[in-house]
Amino acid sequence: MKVKSPLEIYKLLPKTNCKECGYDTCMSFAAHIIDRTAKPEDCKPLVEAAKHDEEARRNLEKLIELTSPEIDEVVIGKELKIGGEEVLHRHELTFFNPTALFFDVSDTMDDKEIDERCSRVVEYRKFYVGRYLTLDGIAVRCTSRNPERFAEVAKKVAGYGKPMILVSLSEECMRAALKAVSDCNPLIYAATPENWRGFLDLALEFKVPVVVRSSDLNTLKSLAATFKSEGVKVVLDPVTEAMGEGLRKTFERVVQLRRTAIAGGDKEVACPILVTPIAAWMVEGDAVSKAYWETVIASLFIVKYGDAMILHSLEPYTVMPIIMLRENIYTDPRTPVQVEAGLREINDPTPESPVFVTTNFALTYYTVESDLVSANISGWLLVLDTGGLGVEVSVAGGQFTADKVKELMEKAGIAEKVKHRFLVIPGLAARLQGAIEDETGWKVLVGPTDSGRIKGWLEQHWPPK
Amino acid sequence: MKLTLEEFFKLLSQYEIEEIEGLRLEGDIEIELEEGSFAGVLAEVANEINLAIQHLNNALAKLGISPALQPQVERLEGKVLLERKFEPFRVSYSTAIQEVQLGAKRSEGGSRESVVKLGGEKSLPFYLFDSPQPNLPVISIDVFDKPIPLPKAVREHYGDVMEDPAEWAKRAVKFGADVVTIHLVSTDPLLDDTPPSEAAKVVEEVLQAVKVPIIVGGSGNKEKDPVVLEKAAEAAEGERILLASATLDTDWERIGNAAKKHNQVVLSWTQMDINNQKTLNRYLLKRLKLPKDSLVMDPTTAALGYGLDYAYTNMERIRLAGLKGDEDLAFPISSGTTNAWGAREAWMKDSPIEGDTPWGPRELRGPLWEIVTGLTLSLAGVDLFMMMHPAAVAVMKELISTLCGKKNKIETGDWVEAEI
Repeated sequence: MKVKSPLEIYKLLPKTNCKECGYDTCMSFAAHIIDRTAKPEDCKPLVEAAKHDEEARRNLEKLIELTSPEIDEVVIGKELKIGGEEVLHRHELTFFNPTALFFDVSDTMDDKEIDERCSRVVEYRKFYVGRYLTLDGIAVRCTSRNPERFAEVAKKVAGYGKPMILVSLSEECMRAALKAVSDCNPLIYAATPENWRGFLDLALEFKVPVVVRSSDLNTLKSLAATFKSEGVKVVLDPVTEAMGEGLRKTFERVVQLRRTAIAGGDKEVACPILVTPIAAWMVEGDAVSKAYWETVIASLFIVKYGDAMILHSLEPYTVMPIIMLRENIYTDPRTPVQVEAGLREINDPTPESPVFVTTNFALTYYTVESDLVSANISGWLLVLDTGGLGVEVSVAGGQFTADKVKELMEKAGIAEKVKHRFLVIPGLAARLQGAIEDETGWKVLVGPTDSGRIKGWLEQHWPPK
Repeated sequence: MKLTLEEFFKLLSQYEIEEIEGLRLEGDIEIELEEGSFAGVLAEVANEINLAIQHLNNALAKLGISPALQPQVERLEGKVLLERKFEPFRVSYSTAIQEVQLGAKRSEGGSRESVVKLGGEKSLPFYLFDSPQPNLPVISIDVFDKPIPLPKAVREHYGDVMEDPAEWAKRAVKFGADVVTIHLVSTDPLLDDTPPSEAAKVVEEVLQAVKVPIIVGGSGNKEKDPVVLEKAAEAAEGERILLASATLDTDWERIGNAAKKHNQVVLSWTQMDINNQKTLNRYLLKRLKLPKDSLVMDPTTAALGYGLDYAYTNMERIRLAGLKGDEDLAFPISSGTTNAWGAREAWMKDSPIEGDTPWGPRELRGPLWEIVTGLTLSLAGVDLFMMMHPAAVAVMKELISTLCGKKNKIETGDWVEAEI
């Protein structure tokens, strides 16, 4: 956003400290607008006043303009947002809208294959830090060059309810598909120096966002400027070349586009960037090599500025690293990733159930908790406040100590809840076994280093002899 | 033909431009236009006016005034592509990352046939458009001085040589290692408690077995490691081995002095904390007077899904600080990429979580986990990767040489309308 100081925002607010926005003062609200945890529209009195008061209307408009993101935000489907970024490095603020992952189907596939691929996109789930990660959308490619077939497949895919990208360079084919599914607000791919007039008409007629495509950045910028000047929402495709010097040049184009938009202030290229790792499938080789290289390209541009992607491989072994990398890169580095310390009851524990200890690092906690729940283990889980650090690091760093374990046990009253005096500590905290025994007087058992193995471990070690 | 100022403003008003806030033009201004077809000229004028408006807006923005005009003129002449020139934003940094050589040839007092140079870059990794990258990031493969538990996908490539560190080291070179790391894990008092002098013999054996530079790691025992590394430094006199590692809570002084005395390099290892990294580097450089060309940093690698975001951001901040002139941080970065195998997604047969989509074959998943972990950190500035799986090493090498501009152009078809 253009402004860096809350003062510039404060000037345009009502300055009444009415608290309606949920913050104590207008100044605090302004600070939250700056870090994008609040929006100008959250100031209800200003929005209300803008309806009849000219000055308030101007202030609100100015606020919205001043606080709009550096990179345009584009919506695909109902609510999938791409772009909207502010910074080049995540530690400078955070990245906002995770790279949207679209998987392709083509209209020359038979219906069974299309259904199968769509179902895989819709059904994919990976549990991570307390929730399931999922995939974003489906890219429908026109490989038949037949407008009716393309429209038919687009309609079919729309039935799965996921955001869509329609892929065809033919205006005629694209028009047919848009007639069938334009109400789903698909992103259309792609306007090129050859077909742009037709695609501009389509974008205006059907009110859909459009990808402009060229590996020449002068041409790409010209296309973007032309479409933007007509009020069309634009996504940039600087063309992904899969291998060799072409891939290096692709990396250069993507970085240059984003850096020139954010650091250079060039608004005409301040658009989301689409990358197409699917291009790896055009390289000679076996399916595994292609899937691997596609994952490499995808990873490269998840880290560096890809806002949306078209991929082909739906193999879980490629999807999982990509989706977890995206989650890691787009995690807000400003929010501490910890959960509340204390005692958790897992699957209705009894006084005979085992007592486990873990840390309050969100990733560690959710991993242990979900492993216990899924394996149907009843137990008491003591969550130690390590300041959001994992087991290994907090043991080494002195945040996971025998003292603190004792303190937590007393606070949780665990001695009154169980009849036994056994404590299971993480395998990675093995070196604290003696110290915790000395401190608490309980017998300490060293559990496995990975909580996924607790079930097997319990079969051998619980109840203790 | 000539346009007077009055006509110019009339033209502007035609394009729905009402006023230019805060701007006044004075005196007689004439705009000259070359003769030609009127429509063509108007299209050009439209384009020029657009550019002028852009410049005006830029100028106003610099004065803190919000843009007065929106370019709209293209409506004049049907659909004309607005010609634009993309001017890439340029970045240059004040400081180059210190160049550090691992290994020494005979002429340099060692016995290596190949050496590697780390660092030397003046830009973010692979930003060749900012500055050439003098040295490619290199890959080391881990070798241990006794058989250790390894994930199945890794073990099947080394199972037959795990009893013999020298053979294991040769296997590593065969798999493309630029450097070999020998971890003296058996020195751990809780394992075999191998005496330092015996461990040093293993270092000699590995130096004999391979011609590439080597890295020597301890067992992680804070008391014993400095003694073990000191012996190793002595045994490898003049070879410029990398001693892994000095940490804030070990006797870094002893390790640093051993490096100085026997012409070795020190790996300065901290736990994902940029300030601690700065502190330890300062101790080694300022208090101990370790030469600047003898320091490499390990800011800690966490696996994909298990803290990679912290590792990435920590390294990226360290590298940016170094490039911007922080002399305590302008050193090559090393990554223990093998840590990727600690992630259950890399080695477990399948998900322990019921609701998960099945994870797919682990022999394909594992190497990819190592690749994506390494690749991500390569973009933060890693100069030296310690890895294990041969397929992961091969893919990382391919990617590094590609992004460093060592590959030719390869033509492939367009995916858009292709059946895949």
